[in-house]
Amino acid sequence: MLSGIGVRFGGLVALDDVSLQVPDDTVVGIIGPNGAGKTTLFNVVCGFVRPQAGSMSWQGAPLRPKPQRLARLGIARTLQGDGLFAGLTVLENVMVGATRFARAGFGQGLLGLPGSARDERALREQALACLDQLGMADQADRMPGSLPYPLRKRVGLARALVSRPKLLLLDEPAGGLGGEDVDELAALIRGLPGQGCAVLLVEHHMDLVMQVSEHIVVLDFGRVIAAGPPDKIRDDPAVAEAYLGTEAGEASVSQP
Amino acid sequence: MRNLGIAAVSAALLLALTYLLDPFRDYQLATAAAYLCAAAGLTVLIGVNGQLSLGHGALMAFGAYPVALVQNELADRGVSAQWTLAVSVLAGVAAATALGAVVGVAAARLHGPYLAGLTLVVAVAVPSLATLFGGVLHGDQGLSVYLLPPPAALGPDFPFERWQAWLALAAAVLTMLLLANLMRSRFGRTLRAVRDDEVAARLAGIPVARTRVLAFVVSAACAGLSGAMFAILAQSVSPSAFALTLSLNLLLAVVVGGLGSLAGAVWGSLLLVLLPWLVDTFTADLTLSPDLRQRLAGNLPLAIFGLLLVVVMIAAPGGVQGLLKGVLKHVPQVLAPAVRGRRRSAGGLDDRLQR
Repeated sequence: MLSGIGVRFGGLVALDDVSLQVPDDTVVGIIGPNGAGKTTLFNVVCGFVRPQAGSMSWQGAPLRPKPQRLARLGIARTLQGDGLFAGLTVLENVMVGATRFARAGFGQGLLGLPGSARDERALREQALACLDQLGMADQADRMPGSLPYPLRKRVGLARALVSRPKLLLLDEPAGGLGGEDVDELAALIRGLPGQGCAVLLVEHHMDLVMQVSEHIVVLDFGRVIAAGPPDKIRDDPAVAEAYLGTEAGEASVSQP
Repeated sequence: MRNLGIAAVSAALLLALTYLLDPFRDYQLATAAAYLCAAAGLTVLIGVNGQLSLGHGALMAFGAYPVALVQNELADRGVSAQWTLAVSVLAGVAAATALGAVVGVAAARLHGPYLAGLTLVVAVAVPSLATLFGGVLHGDQGLSVYLLPPPAALGPDFPFERWQAWLALAAAVLTMLLLANLMRSRFGRTLRAVRDDEVAARLAGIPVARTRVLAFVVSAACAGLSGAMFAILAQSVSPSAFALTLSLNLLLAVVVGGLGSLAGAVWGSLLLVLLPWLVDTFTADLTLSPDLRQRLAGNLPLAIFGLLLVVVMIAAPGGVQGLLKGVLKHVPQVLAPAVRGRRRSAGGLDDRLQR
């Protein structure tokens, strides 16, 4: 669905002829050293950065993304860090994620019409159900700032999932998480394709990427240097070189 | 629905209150109500949506001048009835809303000091329009507003100030009702989401720029209504009534009252009216040299307000409303140990009886 994407910032080439595809109901991982262009790629897909070259398509139609239209297309993204609305409760945060299901307009809200209240109830129920699935229903009324970091990450995930996306872009979902939390996250990500949601995953945590991805794309200096199933990537000498900077010993890569 | 109930009850209470107060107090109440329209809109813009405006005084001027123009024009043509007031006020609100839309579109691209700068320019530039279009707006001198006496149905001795208070209070209650509805609806949450994280809000499907413009437009409509009420209260409009100090006073009021809270806007508006009056009453009792008295007149309230702002920012960033909330939250905690203690002693008694 991405082909030949190129992005430059001034003289700096951030992405050069990057092509990749996320088939329905799969998990695709993107790895690469810092500055390889992983987040830039996400920003291209989300419409925050316009590529100078290349084209994208989504479900058979050409994609010219704008961030605020993405949710309606069935694409959701989580952010690095927690990216939560600090002044909204956990439940309200997730309700914002369900915006694309909202029906009541400004006028109905202004006049306090019953339609607006009904709409709010429906959003609230959807958000609560989503929080419940992630085992967080009892935290619904807390402020994000009062939660431990792993739970905050999970609220961010709930906010993305509540829009029932067909494609979920996860930007470093395991950042700052401990071992147990990562295992839970891995189980959750693996379960998503079964619910009709493909996943594109950017992550430094190699274990997680290897565990959950069916296909991995390796970026270095904005270029795809390797692509394939996890086993192939694990043994690819070019990948090892990108990560370690020298001709690599195989052992150090196969034991990430 | 709940908001409608609160609005109806407060309207009834305020109506009763206007009968208890003498005309001077009624006028003070009316002034506070007129301030409240603008302050409530401003607190939504600044506190809930995170957009600073130093130009709400100018938006109020856009609400006030059409009232004078339409009222006088209709009177000149021999149309003189109470309903013309509704037309004039709507014209004022419409004019302010239009200006708000223009400023809002520009403001949606700006943040922080740049936004403050833009709105400051609006605040400074708009009053000079009165001179620029001196032929119609009569420059610094301003316009008087043609008003009919209160409807005859209210009786021959009905004070004009009470009639003004009714109009301003009706405007304030309506403003508060509509804004409270908005805050409870999805729009309120959207405003706060945009304030907290624009990137995340866009990814959730919120059109951030349009939301920010809409917030400005809503706030401008409130300011326009407020300006229209001031035109009715003063029965005149002039540039000096809508100078930069008015914008700054509103800002002070919403910050001291409690930013982002509609109830806070009520406290702030009351303060705007009561503080100068309290200071005047207080200094009147002191024996001061005429020279000093003259120097203090009008300036002391401003100085106190500024001081109050500094103190509030340091001691209670949540403003008056934040303090009240804190107190209310602590009341159960203060009472709780007493209750628990009593229960424990009762439990002890049970134990002893069982033994």
